[in-house]
Amino acid sequence: MSVTAFLTDSTLCIGCKACEVACKEWNQVSNDGLDWRGFSYDNTAALGHSTWRHVAFVENTAHPGQGGNAPEAFTWGMLSDVCKHCENAGCLEACPTGALVRTEFGGVYLQPDVCNGCAYCVVACPFGVVERNPAEGRAFKCTFCYDRQKDGLKPACATACPTESIKFGDIEDLREEAVRRMNHLHSAGFRDVHLYDPQHTSVGGVHAFFITRGDPRAYNLPPNPEVPTSYLRKGWISAGIAAGLMLAGTLFAFYGSNHE
Amino acid sequence: MSTSPRGEEREQRERRLEEIRRQAQEHALIPFPDEHENSFEASAENGYYGMPLLKRPQWTVEIPIYFFVGGAAGAAALIAAVGEISNKDRDLVRDAQWLAAIGGIISPALLISDLGMPSRFLAMLRVFKVRSPMSVGSWTLVAFSNAAVASAVLGELRRRRSIPGVPVLTRVSQIATALTGLVLATYTGVLIGATAIPVWNEHISSLPVHFATSGLLTAASILELKGHDSEALNKIAMMAATLETVMGATIEMRTTRVEEPLRHGISGRAMRGAGLLSGPVPLALRALGMLSKKNKPTLRRAAALSSIVGSMLTRWAWIKAGHASAEDPRVPLQLEPPARSQKDESLF
Ligand code: SF4
Repeated sequence: MSVTAFLTDSTLCIGCKACEVACKEWNQVSNDGLDWRGFSYDNTAALGHSTWRHVAFVENTAHPGQGGNAPEAFTWGMLSDVCKHCENAGCLEACPTGALVRTEFGGVYLQPDVCNGCAYCVVACPFGVVERNPAEGRAFKCTFCYDRQKDGLKPACATACPTESIKFGDIEDLREEAVRRMNHLHSAGFRDVHLYDPQHTSVGGVHAFFITRGDPRAYNLPPNPEVPTSYLRKGWISAGIAAGLMLAGTLFAFYGSNHE
Repeated sequence: MSTSPRGEEREQRERRLEEIRRQAQEHALIPFPDEHENSFEASAENGYYGMPLLKRPQWTVEIPIYFFVGGAAGAAALIAAVGEISNKDRDLVRDAQWLAAIGGIISPALLISDLGMPSRFLAMLRVFKVRSPMSVGSWTLVAFSNAAVASAVLGELRRRRSIPGVPVLTRVSQIATALTGLVLATYTGVLIGATAIPVWNEHISSLPVHFATSGLLTAASILELKGHDSEALNKIAMMAATLETVMGATIEMRTTRVEEPLRHGISGRAMRGAGLLSGPVPLALRALGMLSKKNKPTLRRAAALSSIVGSMLTRWAWIKAGHASAEDPRVPLQLEPPARSQKDESLF
């Protein structure tokens, strides 16, 4: 049993959304409509309580030799987004009930039978992943297919992906694989590929890293995600000051007015 | 067979035809109508089609109301305890105690209403997590509610007959209520500050002070409306309103784009209204009251009323600002402005 991760490679993604379908079917996540969002071929728009894999479609201008059958056409940048399963996870830290836990595989798992729907994890996630289902009140997000992993299987999305754009495996192996793939892409002339793996911020690394065609920000991947617990110190100091001010003010008001 | 649109839509589309003709004549070029002006591409400059990166806070309106009620209740407990110790005004202490107790009963009810069912609130008490302000707050609220109700009931008992031990117990429970009340009135600032929402975490150092001030202002104002005219309450309200004025002015002076929701749009207007109603307005009314002895009680009441409305609006405005902040992907993506329409700039 090792610590696992996803490596999602946008240079291999063909935008078929097999991952979205497989995820929904395996995890029995409710249907949320098939409306086009008005941008490209996206119909889920963002991750949420009923979307645990989201295929983003970015239209890049074509560069000679990098796809595109006409200079005025564009090339696709497609990327299947997912919960990052942060090393320091905002959702897990914020959860007051202990519904969010770290699994033996290193993922962040939300136990739906414990969740009480307080929605604090929703504002604690720096990636906007977890969401409360308004219909029934509890929060939901990617489980990293904890059930499948316990049975020694790959998550549903990685199993269904026809191009191995979604790779799943041991986290160290995949980090090496990512570097190898980046080198290969660079030597093949892809100069606009980036490895997204925020290890430099308080999030401290993730269990789902990405190779993106173009700037990661085009896929709404934040350059410097911070885990909100990093603000706690400042907050409690301020709360202490606030309490002190209240106490001092009230004492002053009562002892300073003697004409009763 | 297609039918021609009627009424409002008809007129709109006719106007658009006129507009196209005019533009074709003038520029030989027809720009997209307004609603398309802000459509984005996905790029390093725009993010993902301008889609929000963060999730909006999903709390129902019960939560800002709870912030308001809990803040007032916590502050009332403080007023009760200090009033008791300073031996000032027995009736004031009694009413402040009851205000704390009633707030301590309403608050969990508000939370339960947001969660949907009572058992979900009990789930908060499964574990205690120091690093989760939601957990700390839930435990604080439970401790506060129990202490507040106990001290109110014990206080009544003490008034009616002399049972040995009751006066001591009353004092102990009063102090316990005041201490947990201090946490209750301030932790909500930490709660929303320690999140990924930019406008909140940017203000984590001022939020607890802002909420504490507004809680104290509300408690003093409610007690004044109840008919108490002690000078201590007036002083508390004056100090709180002064601090509110300073904080309102500070917010107006901060102009970074993280703080846009505090100055623009619905949340901006609410924040400005809240600042005026809980700062300069009651301050001016109270100052006037000092000048004219005759109108003093009326002016004080007006000031109290304005403060209460302002404090409620303060909580609502902060939550609303969080919504607007979550919807703007520019801050978490560190994008250069202007990505969004600047139209709102002209509103004030
Ligand atoms: S990406 Fe969000 S939901 Fe996923 S582990 Fe990190 S904080 Fe939690």
